[in-house]
Amino acid sequence: MQRSRRDFMKLAGVSALGLSAGTLGFLGQGAQAADALPTATDFAKPITAKQWAMVIDTAKFDDALFKKVITACHAYHNVPEIPGKQEIKWIWTDEFHGAFPTERPAFLADAQEHRKYLLLCNHCANPACVRVCPTKATFKNNEGLVVMDYHRCIGCRYCMAGCPYGARSFNFRDPQDFIKDMNLLYPHRTRGVVEKCTFCVEKLAQGKMPLCVEASGGAMIFGDLADPKSEVRKVLKEKYAIRRNPSAGTEPSVFYIL
Amino acid sequence: MIEKALKGSPRYFGVLMAFLAIMGIGGGFYLVQLNNGLMITGLSRDVSWGFYIAQFTYMVGVAASAVMLVLPYYFHHYKAYSKMIIMGEFLAIAAVIMCLGFIVIDIGQPQRMLNVLINSTPNSVLFWDMVVLNGYLILNVVIGWTSLMAYWKRVSPPAWVKPLVYTSIVWAFSIHTVTAFLYAGLPGRHYWLTAILAARFLSSAFCSGPAILLLMTLLISKVTKFDPGKEAVKTLSTTITYAMCVNVFFFFLEVFTAFYSNMPGHMDPILFLFSGFEGHTYMTPFMWIAALFAITSLILLIPYKWRYNRDVLVPALILLVIGTWIDKGMGLIAAGFTPNPFEKVTEYLPTGPELMIALMIYAVGGFVLTILWKIALEVRAEVEGGL
Ligand code: SF4
Ligand code: SF4
Repeated sequence: MQRSRRDFMKLAGVSALGLSAGTLGFLGQGAQAADALPTATDFAKPITAKQWAMVIDTAKFDDALFKKVITACHAYHNVPEIPGKQEIKWIWTDEFHGAFPTERPAFLADAQEHRKYLLLCNHCANPACVRVCPTKATFKNNEGLVVMDYHRCIGCRYCMAGCPYGARSFNFRDPQDFIKDMNLLYPHRTRGVVEKCTFCVEKLAQGKMPLCVEASGGAMIFGDLADPKSEVRKVLKEKYAIRRNPSAGTEPSVFYIL
Repeated sequence: MIEKALKGSPRYFGVLMAFLAIMGIGGGFYLVQLNNGLMITGLSRDVSWGFYIAQFTYMVGVAASAVMLVLPYYFHHYKAYSKMIIMGEFLAIAAVIMCLGFIVIDIGQPQRMLNVLINSTPNSVLFWDMVVLNGYLILNVVIGWTSLMAYWKRVSPPAWVKPLVYTSIVWAFSIHTVTAFLYAGLPGRHYWLTAILAARFLSSAFCSGPAILLLMTLLISKVTKFDPGKEAVKTLSTTITYAMCVNVFFFFLEVFTAFYSNMPGHMDPILFLFSGFEGHTYMTPFMWIAALFAITSLILLIPYKWRYNRDVLVPALILLVIGTWIDKGMGLIAAGFTPNPFEKVTEYLPTGPELMIALMIYAVGGFVLTILWKIALEVRAEVEGGL
C-alpha cells in the first residue's frame, strides 16, 4: 500500500509540475522557475535504499559551513524564519550538551566541547512519531524515510510530544509572510500542520542527493544503511560514531563522528 | 421529558443566559484562533501541548468519576445513591462533551478532524481515546436517559439497560486509562514515562470528580428542594477521602522513585515543578499551593466528625478540587515538556485568549449540565409529588 501511495505521489508530482511548467509563464516568477523544473525523465532514475542514513563528520564543520548547509535546505524547502519560540526549523545546530544530553560526559575534550553539532530529524528506523500519529499523516516509506502527508495532518501535535529529538515544528501561524524568497519549485506549508526534514525525498526520487549533503562538500555522507557496500557503512566501519539518545529505542539513522 | 428544559424560573434562565454569554465571548476568541492559528496561544515548539489538553485530561477524570456512584449502586445495590446516580451520569455526559470540545479547540486543522476516523490508526493511542470517549458519551446518554424515562413513567428500566450499565463501569476505567496511555508511552518525556501514570490518573479522578459532583449537589440542594440524602453525602465523602489518600500516596511513590534512584531525567521535572529548574520558577508557587491544599483537605476530611460536618466538608472539598486541578490541569502537562529532552526550559503560561477559549468550553459544559440536571430534578419532583 505504501509502495503504491509513493508511486502515486510521484506521478501526481510529475503531472502537477508538468502542468505548472505550462502555466507558470503567466506569473512573474514563472519563467525563472520553469527553467529548473524537473521533467518526467528526471524521475526516471531515482536512487533507492532499504534504510537511508546519514553520517555527519562533526570536525569538518565551521560556522560558514553550517550556514551554507542550513540555507541550502531552508531556502529550497521554503522553511519560514519565524522569530521566537514558535519557530520552524528542519536542520539546526546545538552545542554538545543539547545535542547529546544523555551522554553526560563530565569533562569533555576541548575539541568536542567547543564544537557545534548539526541536528535534524533522525529518520528513525523505529520512529515514535509514526507510532503516535492518529491519521498516518506521518509515515515511514519503504526506504526508511519518515515523511509527512501535510494534507492529512490534523495538527494534533502528538508527534511533537512523541519525538524525543525535538525534530518537529508546528505551523502556529501562516508561514507565508516569513518566507523571504519563495521557491516555486517546492510547496510551502499551511497554518495548523506539523513539518520536519524529509531527507529530501523529492531529490532522491530524481536520483539526486539531499541538498544539505550536497552543500556540505563531503562533511556529510549519505547512503543505504542496509547495504554493507554503501558509503555510510564504509565510514561507520572505520570511525567511531554515536547517535543521539539511543536509549529511546527509536534507532536513529543519523550518526555523528566526534 | 425534554420539554422540562424549556420551562423554568427566571433564575434557571438567568444561569443559562450567563453560560451563553461566556460561550459568546469565548467564541469570539475562538474565531480569532481559527483565523490566525494557534499562534495566539502560549504554546511553542518545545511545549506543544498546554492548557487545552490539560483541561481535557482533568475533565476525563470528572467524566470517569461517575463510576464511584454507579459501581456501589448497581454492583452492591447501595440504595442510598438512588437520588444521586442520575446526577453523576449527567455530569459525566457534560464532562465528556467538554473533553471533546477541548480536543477540538486544540487541533490545528479542526476541519480535518474526521481524518482520525477515515484513516483510523490503531497504533495511535489518540485513536483509541476518541473511541472510548465517544463510546462513554453514548453509553451515559442512553443509560441516563432511559433510566430517567422509566422512572418518570413509574416503570422499572428495560432489561437491556443492565448490561450497558456494567459495560459503562468498565468503560469508565478505560477512558481514563487510555487517556493516561496517551502520555505514558512516550520516550523522552520522563515525567509521563511511568507505569503508575494510569493509576495516578484514576486516583485523582476518583477524588476530584466526586468532589465536584458533591459540591454541586450541595449547591443545588441549597437553591432547590432537592435533597441527596444524608447517607449518600456521608458515603460519597468517605469515598473521596480514600481516593485522595491513594492519590497523595501515589505521588510520593513517584517522588521516591525519582529521588532515591537519583536519575536526573526523573528528578528534573519534579524539581522544575517544586523548586524551579535553572532559575525558571514560574510553576513553583502553583505547585506549593496545590500541595498545601491537598494536605489541608486531607486533614479536614480524614477525621469523620469533621468530614460529616457540612461546614467543614464544603471548604475541604473546594481545597481538594483546586489542589488536584493545579496538579493535573497545570503541572502534569508542563512538567511533561519541561525541561525538554535537551534539558532546556521553554516557559509556558496560557495566554488570555487561550484562557477565554477554554472558558468557552467550560461554559458549554455548564450549559449542558444545567439543562440535564434541571430535567432530572423536575422529573424527580413530579414523580415524588413536589419533593
Ligand atoms: S527524529 Fe523524531 S521526528 Fe524524526 S523520525 Fe525520529 S522520532 Fe520521528
Ligand atoms: S500533528 Fe499531524 S503529523 Fe503529527 S501526529 Fe498529529 S496528525 Fe500526525
